Amino acid sequence: MTTTAQKYETVIGLEVHVQLNTASKLFCSSANSYGAEPNTNVSPVNMGLPGALPVVNEEALNYAIKIGLALNCDINRFVKFDRKNYFYPDCPKAYQISQFDYPICKEGHIDIDKEDGAVKTIRIHRAHLEEDAGKTIHLDDCSIVDYNRTGTPLLEIVSEPDMNSSEEAYDYLQKLKLIVSYLDVSDCDMEKGSLRCDANVSIRPAGSTELGTKTEIKNMNSFKAVKAGIDYEVKRQIELVESGETIVQETRLWDEQKQMTASMRSKEEAHDYRYFPEPDLVPFTLEEKIINDIAATLPELPEKKLKRFIEEYSLKPYDANILVQDRATAQFFEDCAGKLNDAKKIVNWLNGAVLKEMNERKASIVDLNISPDNLVELITKVEDGTVSNIVGKDILTKMIDTQKSAITIIEEDGLAQVSDDSALEKIVDQLIAENEAVANQIREGKDSAIGFMVGQAMKKTQGKANPKKIGELVRRRLLDGP
Amino acid sequence: MISEDDVKKVAALSRIHLTEEEIPQFTKNLESILTYIEKLNELDVADVEPTSHVVPLENVHREDVVKPLLSQKEALSIAVEKQDGGFKVPKVIE
Repeated sequence: MTTTAQKYETVIGLEVHVQLNTASKLFCSSANSYGAEPNTNVSPVNMGLPGALPVVNEEALNYAIKIGLALNCDINRFVKFDRKNYFYPDCPKAYQISQFDYPICKEGHIDIDKEDGAVKTIRIHRAHLEEDAGKTIHLDDCSIVDYNRTGTPLLEIVSEPDMNSSEEAYDYLQKLKLIVSYLDVSDCDMEKGSLRCDANVSIRPAGSTELGTKTEIKNMNSFKAVKAGIDYEVKRQIELVESGETIVQETRLWDEQKQMTASMRSKEEAHDYRYFPEPDLVPFTLEEKIINDIAATLPELPEKKLKRFIEEYSLKPYDANILVQDRATAQFFEDCAGKLNDAKKIVNWLNGAVLKEMNERKASIVDLNISPDNLVELITKVEDGTVSNIVGKDILTKMIDTQKSAITIIEEDGLAQVSDDSALEKIVDQLIAENEAVANQIREGKDSAIGFMVGQAMKKTQGKANPKKIGELVRRRLLDGP
Repeated sequence: MISEDDVKKVAALSRIHLTEEEIPQFTKNLESILTYIEKLNELDVADVEPTSHVVPLENVHREDVVKPLLSQKEALSIAVEKQDGGFKVPKVIE
């Protein structure tokens, strides 16, 4: 049976804005920083004062080229800027300097992994440099404008309409963020607005090759919102078509509270941008050498790193994939692997206890301020039985809190496991005497009851007993005869 | 041909107020300018690169260095109204 949803195919294209983290703005020397007092990082250029002239920030061009290369784009050798005209208080010049017909990057692609193991290529149409607008806060009776963000360099990356589900759009956005995050050119933080995503969504009868009327969804401020916004819009469009109505081409805003999209109802003429070449900026001819020099600075990208980790360290794809999600963690792993020849153990710690500490503290691996040497030392102490795995995790927490080494903490807190047979034998004998019923069960062959004894021993010694040894001793005492 | 509706639209986009008398007048003026420019179409430019800029310069850029430019006080000195360090404007929601 064909459901209503299966009768239609969804077509999605994404427009992603990446804020570049250059020191200064795109066309003037104002600081490009987040969170300053309102209107303190402003200049005559971004205030649109008469006579002020823009000059392109060389680094912003370099960052744009770097992203373009990482996204498999062609870099246009001829680059020019254009004016996009509109009236709105967030833009004092009444035009945004953008790129119209000669974007800096074109025709790239990102590969995403499908659930069935297949790879799907999402084409990138173009990526162009432009300046960000100011921030407007709407109050009851007025709006307040802060021009600190005005002129922040943005790279707008426009995909082809190659995605056919909200999951694919989500995966594309994740992959895009991951790649850009490896380049050190943006904070890529959707909540802070340094990564923003608009979606063009349409539906068509399954099997059709013609594009349906699209709507553009804006204001989705998290990865979750992007998925929810697209899902809502697809459902809305199908319902419209099913009830015989037509879809209107328009911009719709995602409402996070109501979990729905609503028409922006902007005036038609607002979209008549009347692009023309920016007379205040001369064009650029990019030399082959500049592009090659930037290409040489590209780090190993996540896809390649993932493949190498699986091959070189025999990691499971699942584990390796978690590691490469963060470039610093991947580097930390390699540093540890150079000191301890047990990649599997290192991954277990990094993707387990260390990742948990990072999440709980909302900190990066660098913020934890532990070195690969520190972690390797801790892992070694757990592996040689000095401390148990559980105590090891507590030591990790303490290492981060106190910035002391694992060995220092073990010594200071007397955490070394008791592995000495005579001491443990005493404890085991005591336990057998105290828990006669359990001891009898073990004698009758109930293996699982051994765990109870081990647990009791750990309790008695505050976690310091070597659990493996305890298990062995209990067995020897009760099963091998006196 | 340029119509009075075209003139009204361009005026609205440019935020220029035209009186009822000015509309036919500007329509006539723009019409004659466009007719004059039409003459250029007589030239064969098939092999000519479009000019994006008339100044014989290219690759002008600056280093990525921060310089203090305007203080909040200086920036707000041109504000008609201000509030909480920001420019206060009539409420506009697109």
